[in-house]
Amino acid sequence: MSEELRQTALFDEHVRLGGKIVPFAGFGMPVQYPTGITEEHRIVRQRAGLFDVSHMGEFVVRGPDALTLVQRISINDPSRIAIGQAQYSAMCLESGGVLDDLLVYRFPDRFMLVVNASNLRKDWTWIVSHADDLDAELEDVSVDTALLALQGPAARQILTPLSSVDLERIGYYRFLEGEISGIPATISATGYTGEDGFELYVLAHQALALWTSLMQEGSSYGLVPAGLGARDSLRLEMGYALYGNELDEEHTPLEAGLGWITKLEERDFIGRDALLTQKRIGLARCLVGLVFEGRGFPRSGYPILSGGEIVGALTSGTVSPSLGVGIGMGYVPAHLSAQGTELQVNARGRMLDGVVVRPPFYTEGSIRR
Amino acid sequence: MSEIRSDLHYTEEHEYLQGTDDESVYVIGITDYAQGELGDVVFVELPDTGVILQKMEVFGTIEAVKAVSDLYCPVEGEVIDINTDLDDDPSLVNSDPYGAGWMIRLRVSDPTEVDELLTPDGYAEHIG
Repeated sequence: MSEELRQTALFDEHVRLGGKIVPFAGFGMPVQYPTGITEEHRIVRQRAGLFDVSHMGEFVVRGPDALTLVQRISINDPSRIAIGQAQYSAMCLESGGVLDDLLVYRFPDRFMLVVNASNLRKDWTWIVSHADDLDAELEDVSVDTALLALQGPAARQILTPLSSVDLERIGYYRFLEGEISGIPATISATGYTGEDGFELYVLAHQALALWTSLMQEGSSYGLVPAGLGARDSLRLEMGYALYGNELDEEHTPLEAGLGWITKLEERDFIGRDALLTQKRIGLARCLVGLVFEGRGFPRSGYPILSGGEIVGALTSGTVSPSLGVGIGMGYVPAHLSAQGTELQVNARGRMLDGVVVRPPFYTEGSIRR
Repeated sequence: MSEIRSDLHYTEEHEYLQGTDDESVYVIGITDYAQGELGDVVFVELPDTGVILQKMEVFGTIEAVKAVSDLYCPVEGEVIDINTDLDDDPSLVNSDPYGAGWMIRLRVSDPTEVDELLTPDGYAEHIG
């Protein structure tokens, strides 16, 4: 390996817990603990799991033109974000291709942008290059910020006795600043699993204390540490897009099914012209969900076929731990994207029969909207 | 720490061969180390009974959550039995790789080929 892997503040704890460390976006991260991916997944669905996602990047935007800058780079409309609210969005190139997807938090005096670790440098350069003429101050606080995700139907019960603020006051995609076990934290009712839960932003040097406190409080609820493997299968069951899989610079948010966060009217942002044109002409291809019958394991990269012709490729695939069937997502020509369309996937020579569905694949989650 | 049994023969591809009362018949599966590296096994695809396998022929695939791997037959022989229990419970490969998680029984054409495989010490060195 040419470059040393970076470590989150919890790296030693992951090793101590028996986490299997893999390279991910330049970090050494636990893909699973001895519990195993499938069981960690099930426990998050049934009880609760604790994820270290401190590799994610956080940028703070302040100043008189902070909103203008976020408006310029964000396909969703940041002027609609209330203080104490988070908004899912994406950044696009002029071509309309997705630079990254992100969360935009609005604090009383600033915005916080939460971006994918794999895109952090690229995003930073992009945003800075579009701030030249603006009175906005940008700060990359990624290294000093740890992010823990407590997810699952028991997450709220575990966090309640530790929290200085009433969690019932934090609606879905809202946040409050408070303390967890005496540790200052931004407590955000967000997640990537389809379960009720919270994402907790704290200073990196306090991450271990927070982790330890949550694991201790959670022990009577069956809380387990959960790795990136379970995080991936949980998000896939919900049909949530992952950058590098469903999202990339070659596909637009409209093609990726993110029309609902693409606010084209009465505002301007980078990529708008291309997206307006694409919307007018119509989509040539779009992202679909596929459910498979029978044995077989759909995986990212496997060709999608219709009538014997290759029409696309899976961007993600797995055997759903909750449903026990193969599920996947991939781009196909628009005329093959209707629900119920029968498509095949070539799994190393074995043909899997799939049918187009509208995600989420899993609909029993405890998420509170 | 992965278990390496002293009474087995091993391959660099992480299969093991276990002798039986019939000196030409061996049970083949994957090692404890391999199952640990693969993680949760979801499907195991095995050949039909009666199939003749050439040395280093792919005899099946093992689908784990993280990855799919081919299974290699390290010696020539005839498949005389397969573990159909793995259809219902592929996780037996994880929980008991050297026992209930076995894969095929092979009647080996030339038992001396088995002696060319890795010893337990050799395998331990191989997986470092």
